[in-house]
Amino acid sequence: MENVIGLAPWLVGFPLLGAAVLLLGGRATDRWGHWLGVAASTAAAVTGFVLLFAMISTPAEERVVDHHLWTWLSAGGLDVDLGVRLDPLSMTFVMLVTFVGTLIHVYSVAYMAHDPHRRRFFAYLNLFVAAMLTLVLADSYLLLFVGWEGVGLASYLLIGFWDHKRPNAVAAKKAFVMNRVGDMGLIAAMALIFANVGSVQFADVLPAAAGELSGVGASTATWTAVALCLLLAACGKSAQFPLQAWLGDAMAGPTPVSALIHAATMVTAGVYLMVRSAPILEAAPTAQLVVVCVGAVTLIFGAVVGCAKDDIKKALAASTMSQIGYMMLAAGLGPVGYGFAIFHLLTHGFFKAGLFLGAGSVMHGMDDEVDMRRFGGLSRFLPVTWITMGLGWLAILGVFPFSGFWSKDGIIETAFVPVDGQPWRAWLFGSVALVGAAITAFYMSRLFFMTFGGQRRWDDDHHPHESPALMTVPMIILAIGSVALGGLLAVGGTFTTWLEPVTGHAEHGEPVIPFWPLVILTHVLVIGAALLAFRQYAVSRVPVTAPRGSLLTRAARRDLFQDATNETLVMLPGQVLTRSLVYGDKAVVDGGWLGLGATVTQVGEKVRGMQNGYARSYAAMILTGVLVIAGVAGIAAAVSQ
Amino acid sequence: MFPWLTALIAWPLVAAAVTAASGRSRSGAPSPRLVALVGALVEVGLLVAAFVQFDTSRAAEHQLGQTVPWIPQIGASYAVGVDGVGLLLVALSVGLVPLVILAAWREQGGDTLRLRRYLVLILVLEAFMVAVFSARDVFLFYVLFEAMLIPAYFMIGAFGQGPQRRYAAVKFLIFSLTGGLVMLAAVIALYFQVPVDAQGQRSDQAFLTENLTGLGLDPTVERLIFLGFFLAFAIKAPLFPVHTWLPDVAENAPVGTSTLLICVLDKVGTFGMLTLCLPLFPGASQWAAPVIVVLAVISVIYGAVMAIGQDDLLRLIGYTSVSHFGFIILGIFTFVPLGVAGSGFMMLNHGLATGALFLVAGFLIARHPARSQLIADYGGLRTVTPVLAGAFLVAGLATLSLPGLATFASEIMVLIGAYGGSPVAALVAIVGVVLAAVYVLLTYQRIFTGAPAAGLETLPDLTGRERLVAAPLVVALLVLGLVPQLALTYVDAPADQSVVAVLENEGSEQ
Repeated sequence: MENVIGLAPWLVGFPLLGAAVLLLGGRATDRWGHWLGVAASTAAAVTGFVLLFAMISTPAEERVVDHHLWTWLSAGGLDVDLGVRLDPLSMTFVMLVTFVGTLIHVYSVAYMAHDPHRRRFFAYLNLFVAAMLTLVLADSYLLLFVGWEGVGLASYLLIGFWDHKRPNAVAAKKAFVMNRVGDMGLIAAMALIFANVGSVQFADVLPAAAGELSGVGASTATWTAVALCLLLAACGKSAQFPLQAWLGDAMAGPTPVSALIHAATMVTAGVYLMVRSAPILEAAPTAQLVVVCVGAVTLIFGAVVGCAKDDIKKALAASTMSQIGYMMLAAGLGPVGYGFAIFHLLTHGFFKAGLFLGAGSVMHGMDDEVDMRRFGGLSRFLPVTWITMGLGWLAILGVFPFSGFWSKDGIIETAFVPVDGQPWRAWLFGSVALVGAAITAFYMSRLFFMTFGGQRRWDDDHHPHESPALMTVPMIILAIGSVALGGLLAVGGTFTTWLEPVTGHAEHGEPVIPFWPLVILTHVLVIGAALLAFRQYAVSRVPVTAPRGSLLTRAARRDLFQDATNETLVMLPGQVLTRSLVYGDKAVVDGGWLGLGATVTQVGEKVRGMQNGYARSYAAMILTGVLVIAGVAGIAAAVSQ
Repeated sequence: MFPWLTALIAWPLVAAAVTAASGRSRSGAPSPRLVALVGALVEVGLLVAAFVQFDTSRAAEHQLGQTVPWIPQIGASYAVGVDGVGLLLVALSVGLVPLVILAAWREQGGDTLRLRRYLVLILVLEAFMVAVFSARDVFLFYVLFEAMLIPAYFMIGAFGQGPQRRYAAVKFLIFSLTGGLVMLAAVIALYFQVPVDAQGQRSDQAFLTENLTGLGLDPTVERLIFLGFFLAFAIKAPLFPVHTWLPDVAENAPVGTSTLLICVLDKVGTFGMLTLCLPLFPGASQWAAPVIVVLAVISVIYGAVMAIGQDDLLRLIGYTSVSHFGFIILGIFTFVPLGVAGSGFMMLNHGLATGALFLVAGFLIARHPARSQLIADYGGLRTVTPVLAGAFLVAGLATLSLPGLATFASEIMVLIGAYGGSPVAALVAIVGVVLAAVYVLLTYQRIFTGAPAAGLETLPDLTGRERLVAAPLVVALLVLGLVPQLALTYVDAPADQSVVAVLENEGSEQ
């Protein structure tokens, strides 16, 4: 490990250099800029593999390495290193981000081929990779925050990539601002941590939270506050209830962005933050329960919304929100859940990226159409897309032996394990996870059958065709991951053991429903829901214009009124406040001073009898001044004697 | 020891004189703007030399200066010297001036004579700014504090574009004079607090700051004198509710003036709070802190909300500064070394970020056929002028304190530090972080996204000269963001010393 750790900063360095060259080079780099972007990302991926192999060949207890670069900030008792923490958790993210990231870079070369600003697109993608790797490699909360907002910036720039359309620009701003609402939590958490521990380095804070340091620490109430602040940040970044409203709109960005940032990596950063802060959560059981609740609410929320969306990207976005809900739920379950949270994050990164790239491929062949009601019967025209998306579909359904089975079933099973002998929690959260799986099966099957099955519903202007190899090869590789990655890493608990240097070893308790019956029950529900979707969207005719729908459908189409709620509760009062303050500043504050000035001027005029313009004001000023001087000097003299 | 600061004060005056004389006679003589620019660049060279001479291991001590008798009868000296914070603010002044001159290259509608007058005033103001951040004699400080108003007044009223520039200039003058006069009263009162010797005489160096420190003032007197100083500083800074002159100035003055006035000159307010109020009046500072902290937090939120509600771009930028000054004052008056150091650093960063924003906004407005400052008159310019859009966005991101840029380091230091002194105030101020995102990105959205506005489809992008203006500021923001320690070595020790002064006083009173 020691001999290669010096490479770790280059994980950030390569893509950052790529972004710098592409942004500063301007149009001169237009011709080859996209390949430079691919090269930068590939270089990071190769570096990642080197480090991964070095880590595998290192004994488990030596796999957590802090690598110091330079003193970043040292003043007033706060000392923050600029440094890298490489451990199995950050390594997992490095591999996910660089590997999937590189595939998506390659895909984008073809997907964005006709965009005049492809070079700028790759600059932003590189910037994103650099920021995301900063986030996961940081060795302190402060540096993590740099990556945290860095990915927010990249996300902002990429959602608004086509910002000559105003709605895209609005969506980009909405994402950034809602993320900043969450970021308040991270700043507050850092303030609390520094006030209690005197440091924001992981190496100081996490042992303090675990109670391993004598004399340093904080009360349960403090850790609860810290954990809830961190959760707020996680909700913003990971689009968890109640800060979920930006993710659907973020689909305004180019589809590779939706795959990389808004499905596979950035939106999962909240889960990373939770697992990274595991000792803090464990020091605050109440906060853990809140994390589980947020996860549970979001997983159902996203799933319900996903059932009603006709826009293929928005349906996938709702699904992402819901799947991250699973991860949050698992992260809140404590040591037994961390492994599965990150495992699901990894498999989801593969199959959801694959599904999004598939959606992009469909849009590519269908002149950017996103309305699934205008798809149908596309399997014949896009066979590779059909098969790769099919494998991703089976993976997200959690069907044995596809990747999603190993990770999602793990979460469902863990949710059914009673915590501290509280069976009600096991039954409640286990059932939510189970029901969520069934709804997931329904909406994902709906998406799959509406797109590829049934009758064609597009008109003759469209000429659906398969995408070029630059796009299909990444899709095939992701599909292979969707099939096999889960099983490979699950055998013998390989992945959870891998994470143990970070999360600690946890003995798995017995779930309230035994393992095999639970697996069978899950499959019965999932297959039943998929068959229901098959009957409705592949066998029956799908109307081209959406029927009015039930009350729930209509609510779900409007994202369960999330925007209406935010507008009523935040934006409208905010606008009223702004208008009244702007008025008040002029009329009351400034008006008050002007009134005071006028009064003084009138006094001055009477005393001096002066007539001409400004001189009057000066006279008034001087008069006031002299009076004040006399007054203060008098008081001072009186007191000093 | 060469008196570097005196040289830094004198040189701009020389440059101003040469500029005033240039371009008068033969047609072949160098143009005033070139003379002014070269003069400002030589000053930058002097500054670099001064930085080399400055000993950072003694950053809390005043260096590079000299002390000579000036009016010994009243105890006034010409005493200059800077600690780390003062040096950074001198650097900000000296660094911004050439950029402002370069940005004004084609201002004043090609009227060379007017431009020459403007440039002369800029250089004169530069001398005053360097002097005021160096002054170590309270009387000298007061004189400079007032003298700065003269060039500033003309730079607003005589060269602005706004229809109400005269009104704005007078308003600025009256607000400043009011503060200045109250401060004068405080200065005189302070003089009488200096102990007399056996002959009933006061020291002929009575006004030196070190002779005014630790006087053991009666609490009531101390509080009254403190209030005199603080009011002047609060008007300058500006703190809610005495901020209302600032948006009018920002709206009506030329952007170069606003850059120097709001990004540098106003720092005299916060600088004075840090280097005069805290050490001279530690007890009174603590006494007043609760009210000041509340006003600072109000400034943070109020300034940001006001910025969101503005239609005029320059007025908007003016209000963002009200918000940022709130942060600086919050950091100072919570008396935590981390927060005070953050405030010291933020004084520099705010100048870089807001300076960039003002100057780039100036480039934007100069391109509009009607030179409109109304945000609603713009739209869709990202596709028309991509480099301008990029520069504006980077300046905006610095204004919203994006991590990785210098402004972030200082803001987070203020917030984390202030939490240690006043948790509730810090938590409320954090809301300003969200509001900053709104006012920056909303403005960017209105000006640069969507379809290009009618009549603006063919605006030219930033010229080489304009890029040269923006680039140093962007580079500085990036470098200080990656290695904030470069600046923090200058502010850490002085900040610590200010806090120690306050806390020791508290200890001695108990």
